[in-house]
Amino acid sequence: MLGKKKKNVVTLSDGRTITLHRMSTWQYMKQHKWLYIMLLPGLLYFILFKYVPMGGLVIAFKDYSPFRGIWGSEWVGFGQFKKFFDTPDFFRLLRNTLGISLLQLVLYFPAPIILSLFLNEVRHSGYKRLVQTLVYVPHFVSWVIVASLTYQLFNVTDGVMNVIYKAITGETFDILSKSSTFWGLIVGQDIWREAGYGTIIYLAALAGVDQEMYEAARVDGAGRWRLMWHITLPAIKGTIIMMLILRVGGLLNTGYEQIFLMRNDLNIEMADVFDTYIYTRGIQNGQYSFSSAAGMFKSIVGLILVLGSNKIAKMAGESGIY
Amino acid sequence: MAGLVKTQQGSKVKKSLGDRIIDVIIYIVLGLVALSTVLPFLYVLAGSFATDKELTEKAFFIIPEVWSLNAYKYAINTANILRGLKNSVILTMAGTICCMVFSLTFAYPLSKKHFRGRNFVLNMVIFTMLFGGGMIPCYLVYNAYGLYDTYWALILPALISPFNMIIIKNFFQELPQELEDAAYIDGCSDLKTFTRIMLPLSKPVIASISLFYGVGFWNDYFSSMIYLNSPEKYPIQIQLRSIILLTSQISEVAMDYYDMNGAPPDKAVKMACTVIATVPILCVYPFVQKYFTKGVMVGAVKG
Repeated sequence: MLGKKKKNVVTLSDGRTITLHRMSTWQYMKQHKWLYIMLLPGLLYFILFKYVPMGGLVIAFKDYSPFRGIWGSEWVGFGQFKKFFDTPDFFRLLRNTLGISLLQLVLYFPAPIILSLFLNEVRHSGYKRLVQTLVYVPHFVSWVIVASLTYQLFNVTDGVMNVIYKAITGETFDILSKSSTFWGLIVGQDIWREAGYGTIIYLAALAGVDQEMYEAARVDGAGRWRLMWHITLPAIKGTIIMMLILRVGGLLNTGYEQIFLMRNDLNIEMADVFDTYIYTRGIQNGQYSFSSAAGMFKSIVGLILVLGSNKIAKMAGESGIY
Repeated sequence: MAGLVKTQQGSKVKKSLGDRIIDVIIYIVLGLVALSTVLPFLYVLAGSFATDKELTEKAFFIIPEVWSLNAYKYAINTANILRGLKNSVILTMAGTICCMVFSLTFAYPLSKKHFRGRNFVLNMVIFTMLFGGGMIPCYLVYNAYGLYDTYWALILPALISPFNMIIIKNFFQELPQELEDAAYIDGCSDLKTFTRIMLPLSKPVIASISLFYGVGFWNDYFSSMIYLNSPEKYPIQIQLRSIILLTSQISEVAMDYYDMNGAPPDKAVKMACTVIATVPILCVYPFVQKYFTKGVMVGAVKG
């Protein structure tokens, strides 16, 4: 209506018109100079510590040698990627990474949802708060401590669980140094550490539910299961989908610390994932270009997975995250 | 009308037997879940005060019969533990302060809808959440900056977590706009409005985000392992790992201790070290807990 000019005409009550001009960017920046000064350190941070390393990914296409530097090294095109896909390791890494991730998706992802549905049923607020306070705690301890506790509880010689198990059955069980139990061990640790903390986001969504809806449904004769099915679950559906997108996007991110700490010579066959492989090949063995290519492959697949799952969620009528 | 009265009574006064059984099951299951999270800690805490004799004889206990401080004496006499603890405290405090200064000042301009360049900068930040250089390019670039074997290699790359920054930004956005307008009319510059008006009102978010950053630094193991080279700089997590998980080392160290105090409280020492590394975080937790659930909730709202 006002045309393409950045002009805003306002009519006052006595019939006069005044024209409001949009401030020029220069004027705006001068007036709000402090805002730009405050922005600057953070902006520098993102450039120096996030975007410059992204530029450093060029070494994935080179044969990096520390003596010749990033720019002086020789270009090899997709050679490093080809080498990575051709190693027999690639298939093993993919299997372990996806295996652990999918097991997490099936067992660990629903855990906080189930736990918050349970917490939502608790009417005694003191008990509810006590349980919440306790189950949040493990999230705040480090993986080193989680790993230490695991060793102290489960090791074959004097771990509590083994001592008790032995007293009952006369045998011991070893989950720490066997390939076959490694995935379960990792997912079990994840559930122990994060299931409680994960409820926060679902409980926040549930806190927004109008209690009168439950009352009304009860008046209409709905039982506990129907309340859960028709009120509680729809209330957290959006959150569940959002978390699912994030999880699918992180399918190749199994995390370094936890797996690195739990892995040993005996279970390495099932324990080596992309992240640990990049570390051993890159930082320990100094094959910088090769492991950068492996890392870049992982990042790009991750990006595609996030954007893809987000798109699917949007097509299904959900709000998505981006 | 009659039906309404009946069900009101029904829902408030009496529950069906089946409902009550389900209630009891839910309470018990939640109780077990809560127990499973604390029992490992309690056991390790009890074990750290117990004698080695009791630890080998009994499978499980929460209160030791004979109290002993030997494990702690040993842990403290081993210089590495105290030094690691000191390093971790320094790293956590310095790191958290730096992170908070950078995150708060960066979030404030972005919290203003009228801020020109806002969308560009926000997209730039969000992109780093989706894609990154990865471990090796970061390692090479940060080393090229001269950060290797300094605490800066742990602090600088972590200065602003996009996720935490967005939580702070959303918190600023939810504060009443009138306050800022009034300050502006009174002639406050943007900087003054930020330091005098916004920051004092932001205690909840400052508390919870400081906790998040602080926990991150305290718990960090992997970055320290990659970037720190000199053992005198190692934080507690690295010391803890070498004591508990690389068990061969403890026996070597323990040899020195044999002669002084008789039998080495091997298992108890591991437990004492675990306690020493856990307690600082658990001490802060109750004070900040009431804030962080709020902080996370605000962040959960898309913005």
